[in-house]
Order: sequence, then structure tokens, then C-alpha cells
Amino acid sequence: MMIASDLTIWLVILSLGLGTFLLRWSFLGAIGTRQLPGWASRALRYTAVAVLPALVAPLVVWPAATGGQPDPARLTAAAVTLIVGLWTRNLLYAVIAGMIALFGTLYLWA
Amino acid sequence: MSVDQSAGARQSAADPTPEQARVLARSPAECLRHGMLGAIPFLLVLLPFGMLFGVVANETGLNLPQVLGFAILVLAGASQFTAVQLLGEHTPAIIVIASALAVNLRMAMYSASMVPWVGEASARDKGLMAYVLIDQTYALAIQHYEANPRLRLDQRLAYFFGAAITACVPWVVACALGFTLGRAIPESWALDFALPITFLAMVAPMLRTPAHIAAALTSIICSLAFSGLPSGLGVLLAAPVAMAVGVWVEIWTERRKAGA
Repeated sequence: MMIASDLTIWLVILSLGLGTFLLRWSFLGAIGTRQLPGWASRALRYTAVAVLPALVAPLVVWPAATGGQPDPARLTAAAVTLIVGLWTRNLLYAVIAGMIALFGTLYLWA
Repeated sequence: MSVDQSAGARQSAADPTPEQARVLARSPAECLRHGMLGAIPFLLVLLPFGMLFGVVANETGLNLPQVLGFAILVLAGASQFTAVQLLGEHTPAIIVIASALAVNLRMAMYSASMVPWVGEASARDKGLMAYVLIDQTYALAIQHYEANPRLRLDQRLAYFFGAAITACVPWVVACALGFTLGRAIPESWALDFALPITFLAMVAPMLRTPAHIAAALTSIICSLAFSGLPSGLGVLLAAPVAMAVGVWVEIWTERRKAGA
């Protein structure tokens, strides 16, 4: 299934490692006590909720494992994960519930 | 940041509570142990999550040194998953890097909010802190510093590094273990869906305000609308739009509250 070359993968690892370190080091190491502009600190609050759903949405609606066809088991599992996550505010419970929903529905459909 | 500092100043003017006094009397070695113990609950999430990364990386065709490279050099779960997912979809390296870095932008915010507490540390210590500044160590340390504003710098650093040892070393081991076990996992386990489930489980607890919900919905709609674009590009376009919507809704909600 792997398509990227070893060199590409290492390029990604090294650039991502360096970039991530620089993000973590930015204020501690270089910028110091200078304040972040208001709009920037506001925007940074939304990075995770802006990026992660965009990654997941196409995988949920058009999963590669079913040839890009919407799949009831995967849609159910996604909904259960989201609901349990909203309800418990706990990552681990949401993962477990989602996995149970996925295996349960896959088993019932099979 | 300014809020943290003023809260700290107010607190330290008062006498410490007995609990705070106990914390303040700890030697750096005790602070290190205390930090190590404090981070143990995070392992419930970090261990399965790291193993899942190893499994997904294995499915995508990475080798063990590359899995260790991600775990040790990147040390950031969500962005590791993002990079591996996109690598598996023929995405050009530059887009993989940009998307995975976008996932980590929040760490600049963590970095900024650590400055009032450990800004006086040596450059070497701050470099080391930056390397292990992950969601868990950040959350635990800030909470501890705010509860005990009179801690000395050496006590703060020791607590932070203690938490980092507990959180980061098992992360690397879990990634490697997942990679090794991944070979034995059959197709029928539908592990293709482990990543969506994990990301949804991460996002759901973050949806605390209307602004966060609006940003997440925008992100979903845009990514589906842009799904015809070359792989990875949809995410890069959807994310800034969703962030802008989040900021806009936040400002709008604040104005409404102020007006009411």
C-alpha cells in the first residue's frame, strides 16, 4: 500500500520534527514575554477543531475500505464516537465506544 | 498570560494553604517524582493511542526506524497520524508537512502561556522543555503552577520534567509495540477506521463553545466540498476558513453578551 519513497518519508519526519520543535520553542526560547497579538491567540484556539474534522470527514463519508461508498457501519461508529465524546468529554471512552459500535455493526451486517 | 500572572500575584500575597505549604516544601527530586506520578493517568490514553499509531504506520508501509523517527523526533500524536494518513494517499511531501504542522500550531500557544512561569530558566532547560511540551505535560504543569503560584523555578522545572518522563518515554515504546503487533492484526478488524474514530474522540471533548462547534462544522463542510482537489489540499484550505469562522463566532458571541 505504501507509495512514498523512504527518502520522502524521512524528509517529512525531519521537517515535521524540526517545525514542531520550533513551534514549541517559539515563545519560550525566542519571543520571550512579548505578547501574542490578540487575533493570533484567538485564532490559535481553533486550530485543532479546524484541522482534525477536515481530515476525518472524507474518511467517514467515503471510506477507502469500501471503495469510497458510504458505509452504514462506519457512519454509525463515527456518530457513536462523537456522541460519547461530547457526553463524557473523555477521549478514551469515546474511542472504546466507537470501536465497539464499529465491530458491532460490521458483525451484524456480515 | 497577564491573567495568569495577576492571579499568581494575588495568590502569593495571601498565606499558602496547608496543601500549598506541603507542595512548596518539596525538594526538586521530590517535585520530579510528584510530576511523574501526576502524569500516570495520561497513560490510559497515550498507550493505546501510541500503539494505534504503530499499527496504522505499519499498514501504510513504514518501517520501524521511521516509526521511531516519528515518535522521537516529532513526538505529537495527532500530527503523526495526519502525516502518515496523507503519506498513504500519494500526497506531495510539502502538503504533508504543512498539514501536519497546522495540527501542531496550538503548541505555539502552549509555549506562550509557559513563559510567565518558566521564562527565567536557562536556554538549555527551555530548549529541553520545548522538546517535551505536549498536550499532556502542558495541561498538567499549568494546572500545577496555577494551584501553587509560589513554587520556585527549580521546583517548576523538576515537576514538568517528571511529567514528561512518564508521558513521553511510554509514548515511544507504545508506537514501537503497535508497529510490531500490527503485523499480526487481520484485515477483518477494520483498522482503516481506527484513525477517524481517534480523531473524532479527540475533537468531541473540545466542542465546548458555539465558536468551536461552528469551526468544526465549517471544517467538515469545506473539506467535503474540496474533496475533489488533490489529496491534502482540501485540509489546507478548509482549516483557515474554519479558524476564521471560529474567531468570528467568538467575537460575535462576546459582543452579544456585552450588549445583553
